[in-house]
Amino acid sequence: MIETTHYLILGALLFSIGVVGVLTRRNILIIFMSIELMLNAVNLNLVAFSDRLQGLDGQVFAIFVITIAVAEAAVGLGIVIALFRNQETINIDTLDQMKW
Amino acid sequence: MVSRGISGKESMEIFLFYSLATTLLTFAVLTVTARNPVRSAVYLVSTLLAVAGLFFLLQAEFVGAAQILVYVGGIMVLFLFVILLVNVERAEKERTSSRQWKTGLALGIVLVIELGYLLSRGSSIFGETPVRELIEGRSQNTESVGELLYTQYMLPFEIASVLLLVAIVGAVVLAKKKMQNRA
Repeated sequence: MIETTHYLILGALLFSIGVVGVLTRRNILIIFMSIELMLNAVNLNLVAFSDRLQGLDGQVFAIFVITIAVAEAAVGLGIVIALFRNQETINIDTLDQMKW
Repeated sequence: MVSRGISGKESMEIFLFYSLATTLLTFAVLTVTARNPVRSAVYLVSTLLAVAGLFFLLQAEFVGAAQILVYVGGIMVLFLFVILLVNVERAEKERTSSRQWKTGLALGIVLVIELGYLLSRGSSIFGETPVRELIEGRSQNTESVGELLYTQYMLPFEIASVLLLVAIVGAVVLAKKKMQNRA
Protein backbone atom coordinates (compact mmCIF):
# COMPACT_ATOMS: atom_id res chain seq x y z
CA MET A 1 0.00 0.00 0.00
CA ILE A 2 1.38 3.40 -1.00
CA GLU A 3 1.49 5.84 1.88
CA THR A 4 -0.32 9.16 1.60
CA THR A 5 2.98 10.98 2.13
CA HIS A 6 4.27 9.67 -1.20
CA TYR A 7 1.32 11.22 -3.02
CA LEU A 8 1.84 14.46 -1.10
CA ILE A 9 5.53 14.57 -2.07
CA LEU A 10 4.58 13.92 -5.69
CA GLY A 11 1.97 16.68 -5.54
CA ALA A 12 4.47 19.10 -3.99
CA LEU A 13 7.03 18.37 -6.73
CA LEU A 14 4.44 18.77 -9.47
CA PHE A 15 3.27 22.06 -7.96
CA SER A 16 6.85 23.34 -7.76
CA ILE A 17 7.48 22.45 -11.41
CA GLY A 18 4.36 24.44 -12.28
CA VAL A 19 5.54 27.43 -10.22
CA VAL A 20 8.95 27.38 -11.93
CA GLY A 21 7.18 27.22 -15.30
CA VAL A 22 5.04 30.24 -14.51
CA LEU A 23 7.98 32.26 -13.23
CA THR A 24 10.59 31.42 -15.85
CA ARG A 25 8.83 31.04 -19.20
CA ARG A 26 8.13 33.80 -21.65
CA ASN A 27 5.38 32.31 -23.76
CA ILE A 28 1.99 33.04 -22.20
CA LEU A 29 0.56 29.72 -23.46
CA ILE A 30 3.23 27.72 -21.63
CA ILE A 31 2.48 29.78 -18.52
CA PHE A 32 -1.14 28.68 -18.86
CA MET A 33 -0.05 25.06 -19.15
CA SER A 34 2.05 25.46 -16.00
CA ILE A 35 -1.05 26.72 -14.18
CA GLU A 36 -2.84 23.55 -15.30
CA LEU A 37 0.07 21.54 -13.83
CA MET A 38 -0.40 23.29 -10.49
CA LEU A 39 -4.16 22.65 -10.50
CA ASN A 40 -3.43 18.99 -11.18
CA ALA A 41 -1.04 18.85 -8.24
CA VAL A 42 -3.82 20.19 -6.00
CA ASN A 43 -6.24 17.62 -7.41
CA LEU A 44 -3.75 14.84 -6.71
CA ASN A 45 -3.54 15.93 -3.07
CA LEU A 46 -7.33 16.16 -2.76
CA VAL A 47 -7.87 12.68 -4.15
CA ALA A 48 -5.03 11.25 -2.04
CA PHE A 49 -6.66 12.63 1.11
CA SER A 50 -10.04 11.39 -0.05
CA ASP A 51 -8.53 7.91 -0.28
CA ARG A 52 -6.90 8.22 3.10
CA LEU A 53 -9.95 9.51 4.95
CA GLN A 54 -12.26 7.08 3.16
CA GLY A 55 -14.63 9.88 2.20
CA LEU A 56 -15.68 11.09 -1.22
CA ASP A 57 -15.64 14.81 -0.41
CA GLY A 58 -12.11 15.21 -1.74
CA GLN A 59 -13.15 13.73 -5.07
CA VAL A 60 -16.12 16.10 -5.29
CA PHE A 61 -13.73 19.01 -4.65
CA ALA A 62 -11.43 17.68 -7.37
CA ILE A 63 -14.37 17.77 -9.79
CA PHE A 64 -15.02 21.39 -8.85
CA VAL A 65 -11.34 22.18 -9.40
CA ILE A 66 -11.56 20.62 -12.88
CA THR A 67 -14.64 22.78 -13.57
CA ILE A 68 -12.80 25.93 -12.53
CA ALA A 69 -9.83 24.88 -14.68
CA VAL A 70 -12.10 24.59 -17.72
CA ALA A 71 -13.59 28.04 -17.13
CA GLU A 72 -10.15 29.51 -16.57
CA ALA A 73 -8.73 27.93 -19.71
CA ALA A 74 -11.65 29.12 -21.87
CA VAL A 75 -11.51 32.72 -20.64
CA GLY A 76 -7.71 32.78 -20.54
CA LEU A 77 -7.32 31.51 -24.09
CA GLY A 78 -9.94 34.04 -25.21
CA ILE A 79 -7.81 36.75 -23.64
CA VAL A 80 -4.71 35.36 -25.39
CA ILE A 81 -6.47 35.51 -28.76
CA ALA A 82 -7.64 39.09 -28.13
CA LEU A 83 -4.13 40.00 -26.96
CA PHE A 84 -2.51 38.50 -30.03
CA ARG A 85 -4.96 40.32 -32.30
CA ASN A 86 -4.15 43.67 -30.69
CA GLN A 87 -0.44 43.33 -29.89
CA GLU A 88 0.83 40.73 -32.42
CA THR A 89 2.78 39.00 -29.68
CA ILE A 90 2.32 36.49 -26.87
CA ASN A 91 5.61 37.31 -25.14
CA ILE A 92 5.07 38.48 -21.61
CA ASP A 93 8.31 40.49 -21.69
CA THR A 94 6.94 42.76 -24.40
CA LEU A 95 3.44 42.98 -22.90
CA ASP A 96 4.33 45.58 -20.28
CA GLN A 97 1.97 48.41 -21.22
CA MET A 98 0.32 48.34 -17.81
CA LYS A 99 3.65 48.84 -16.05
CA TRP A 100 4.45 52.38 -14.90
CA MET B 1 9.78 -8.53 -5.44
CA VAL B 2 7.07 -10.46 -3.58
CA SER B 3 8.58 -11.05 -0.17
CA ARG B 4 7.91 -10.56 3.53
CA GLY B 5 4.17 -10.35 3.44
CA ILE B 6 3.88 -8.06 0.43
CA SER B 7 1.22 -9.62 -1.71
CA GLY B 8 1.28 -9.60 -5.49
CA LYS B 9 -1.48 -7.02 -5.60
CA GLU B 10 0.43 -4.62 -3.38
CA SER B 11 3.67 -5.00 -5.29
CA MET B 12 1.71 -4.30 -8.45
CA GLU B 13 0.35 -1.14 -6.84
CA ILE B 14 3.85 -0.04 -5.81
CA PHE B 15 5.19 -0.71 -9.30
CA LEU B 16 2.33 1.23 -10.90
CA PHE B 17 2.74 4.14 -8.50
CA TYR B 18 6.43 4.55 -9.12
CA SER B 19 6.20 4.15 -12.89
CA LEU B 20 3.33 6.65 -13.06
CA ALA B 21 5.16 9.06 -10.75
CA THR B 22 8.32 8.88 -12.88
CA THR B 23 6.33 9.45 -16.08
CA LEU B 24 4.47 12.33 -14.45
CA LEU B 25 7.54 14.19 -13.25
CA THR B 26 9.50 13.59 -16.48
CA PHE B 27 6.75 14.91 -18.71
CA ALA B 28 6.01 17.81 -16.32
CA VAL B 29 9.64 18.95 -16.56
CA LEU B 30 9.53 18.51 -20.35
CA THR B 31 6.30 20.58 -20.50
CA VAL B 32 7.97 23.46 -18.71
CA THR B 33 11.27 23.27 -20.62
CA ALA B 34 10.14 22.54 -24.20
CA ARG B 35 10.93 25.26 -26.73
CA ASN B 36 8.01 24.61 -29.03
CA PRO B 37 4.55 25.22 -27.47
CA VAL B 38 3.03 22.38 -29.52
CA ARG B 39 5.53 19.93 -28.02
CA SER B 40 4.83 21.42 -24.62
CA ALA B 41 1.12 20.74 -25.09
CA VAL B 42 1.75 17.13 -26.14
CA TYR B 43 3.97 16.58 -23.09
CA LEU B 44 1.24 18.11 -20.93
CA VAL B 45 -1.23 15.57 -22.34
CA SER B 46 1.07 12.77 -21.16
CA THR B 47 1.37 14.42 -17.75
CA LEU B 48 -2.41 14.67 -17.42
CA LEU B 49 -2.83 11.04 -18.45
CA ALA B 50 -0.34 9.99 -15.77
CA VAL B 51 -2.32 11.99 -13.18
CA ALA B 52 -5.48 10.21 -14.37
CA GLY B 53 -3.67 6.89 -13.87
CA LEU B 54 -2.83 7.91 -10.30
CA PHE B 55 -6.52 8.76 -9.75
CA PHE B 56 -7.45 5.25 -10.89
CA LEU B 57 -4.83 3.86 -8.52
CA LEU B 58 -6.47 5.82 -5.68
CA GLN B 59 -9.86 4.26 -6.57
CA ALA B 60 -11.24 7.56 -7.83
CA GLU B 61 -12.57 6.25 -11.11
CA PHE B 62 -14.98 9.07 -11.82
CA VAL B 63 -12.41 11.83 -11.26
CA GLY B 64 -9.94 9.92 -13.42
CA ALA B 65 -12.44 9.57 -16.25
CA ALA B 66 -13.42 13.24 -15.92
CA GLN B 67 -9.73 14.13 -16.04
CA ILE B 68 -9.24 12.27 -19.31
CA LEU B 69 -12.46 13.54 -20.91
CA VAL B 70 -12.29 17.16 -19.79
CA TYR B 71 -8.56 17.84 -19.69
CA VAL B 72 -7.16 15.68 -22.44
CA GLY B 73 -10.23 15.79 -24.65
CA GLY B 74 -11.33 19.36 -24.01
CA ILE B 75 -8.77 21.74 -22.62
CA MET B 76 -5.78 20.39 -24.51
CA VAL B 77 -7.61 20.50 -27.86
CA LEU B 78 -8.49 24.12 -27.06
CA PHE B 79 -4.84 24.79 -26.24
CA LEU B 80 -3.66 23.27 -29.52
CA PHE B 81 -6.19 25.35 -31.48
CA VAL B 82 -4.95 28.55 -29.85
CA ILE B 83 -1.29 27.57 -30.34
CA LEU B 84 -1.96 27.07 -34.03
CA LEU B 85 -3.89 30.37 -34.22
CA VAL B 86 -1.07 32.45 -32.78
CA ASN B 87 1.89 31.66 -35.01
CA VAL B 88 4.61 29.68 -33.33
CA GLU B 89 7.22 29.73 -36.09
CA ARG B 90 8.52 33.13 -35.10
CA ALA B 91 8.27 32.55 -31.38
CA GLU B 92 10.40 29.42 -31.60
CA LYS B 93 13.48 31.30 -32.74
CA GLU B 94 13.38 33.74 -29.87
CA ARG B 95 14.67 33.35 -26.36
CA THR B 96 12.26 31.18 -24.36
CA SER B 97 12.92 32.21 -20.79
CA SER B 98 11.72 35.51 -19.41
CA ARG B 99 13.97 38.26 -18.06
CA GLN B 100 13.50 37.24 -14.44
CA TRP B 101 14.17 33.52 -14.96
CA LYS B 102 16.99 33.37 -12.41
CA THR B 103 14.79 34.83 -9.67
CA GLY B 104 11.98 32.51 -10.72
CA LEU B 105 14.18 29.43 -10.53
CA ALA B 106 15.54 30.49 -7.13
CA LEU B 107 11.99 30.99 -5.85
CA GLY B 108 11.05 27.55 -7.17
CA ILE B 109 13.95 25.94 -5.32
CA VAL B 110 12.97 27.82 -2.14
CA LEU B 111 9.41 26.50 -2.58
CA VAL B 112 10.65 22.90 -2.95
CA ILE B 113 12.74 23.24 0.23
CA GLU B 114 9.82 24.79 2.09
CA LEU B 115 7.34 22.11 1.02
CA GLY B 116 9.88 19.39 1.75
CA TYR B 117 10.41 20.77 5.24
CA LEU B 118 6.68 20.99 5.90
CA LEU B 119 6.11 17.45 4.63
CA SER B 120 8.97 16.07 6.71
CA ARG B 121 7.53 17.80 9.79
CA GLY B 122 4.04 16.48 9.10
CA SER B 123 4.90 13.03 7.79
CA SER B 124 4.49 11.49 11.24
CA ILE B 125 0.77 12.28 10.99
CA PHE B 126 0.41 10.83 7.52
CA GLY B 127 3.05 8.16 7.98
CA GLU B 128 1.01 5.15 8.91
CA THR B 129 -0.60 3.19 6.13
CA PRO B 130 -4.23 4.13 5.55
CA VAL B 131 -6.79 1.48 6.29
CA ARG B 132 -8.53 0.84 3.03
CA GLU B 133 -11.76 -0.94 3.63
CA LEU B 134 -13.11 -2.47 0.50
CA ILE B 135 -16.73 -1.99 1.38
CA GLU B 136 -19.42 -2.56 -1.21
CA GLY B 137 -20.21 1.12 -1.72
CA ARG B 138 -16.65 1.91 -2.73
CA SER B 139 -16.88 -0.14 -5.86
CA GLN B 140 -19.61 2.13 -7.24
CA ASN B 141 -17.49 5.24 -7.19
CA THR B 142 -19.40 7.14 -9.88
CA GLU B 143 -22.73 6.46 -8.20
CA SER B 144 -21.49 7.65 -4.80
CA VAL B 145 -19.87 10.79 -6.20
CA GLY B 146 -23.03 11.61 -8.16
CA GLU B 147 -25.20 11.13 -5.10
CA LEU B 148 -22.94 13.44 -3.09
CA LEU B 149 -23.00 16.04 -5.88
CA TYR B 150 -26.79 16.10 -5.98
CA THR B 151 -27.39 16.12 -2.22
CA GLN B 152 -24.71 17.66 -0.04
CA TYR B 153 -22.98 19.70 -2.75
CA MET B 154 -26.10 20.79 -4.62
CA LEU B 155 -25.54 24.56 -4.30
CA PRO B 156 -21.85 24.51 -5.32
CA PHE B 157 -22.81 22.29 -8.24
CA GLU B 158 -25.38 24.81 -9.46
CA ILE B 159 -22.96 27.70 -8.95
CA ALA B 160 -20.37 25.78 -11.00
CA SER B 161 -22.87 25.45 -13.86
CA VAL B 162 -23.58 29.20 -13.76
CA LEU B 163 -19.83 29.84 -13.73
CA LEU B 164 -19.39 27.67 -16.82
CA LEU B 165 -22.15 29.59 -18.60
CA VAL B 166 -20.49 32.89 -17.74
CA ALA B 167 -17.13 31.51 -18.92
CA ILE B 168 -18.62 30.39 -22.26
CA VAL B 169 -20.20 33.80 -22.90
CA GLY B 170 -17.06 35.59 -21.71
CA ALA B 171 -14.76 33.55 -23.92
CA VAL B 172 -16.93 34.21 -26.98
CA VAL B 173 -17.10 37.95 -26.26
CA LEU B 174 -13.34 38.15 -25.70
CA ALA B 175 -12.34 36.20 -28.78
CA LYS B 176 -14.93 37.81 -31.09
CA LYS B 177 -13.75 40.25 -33.74
CA LYS B 178 -14.81 43.82 -33.14
CA MET B 179 -17.45 45.13 -35.51
CA GLN B 180 -16.35 48.62 -36.46
CA ASN B 181 -19.15 49.57 -38.82
CA ARG B 182 -22.04 48.78 -36.53
CA ALA B 183 -23.11 50.68 -33.46
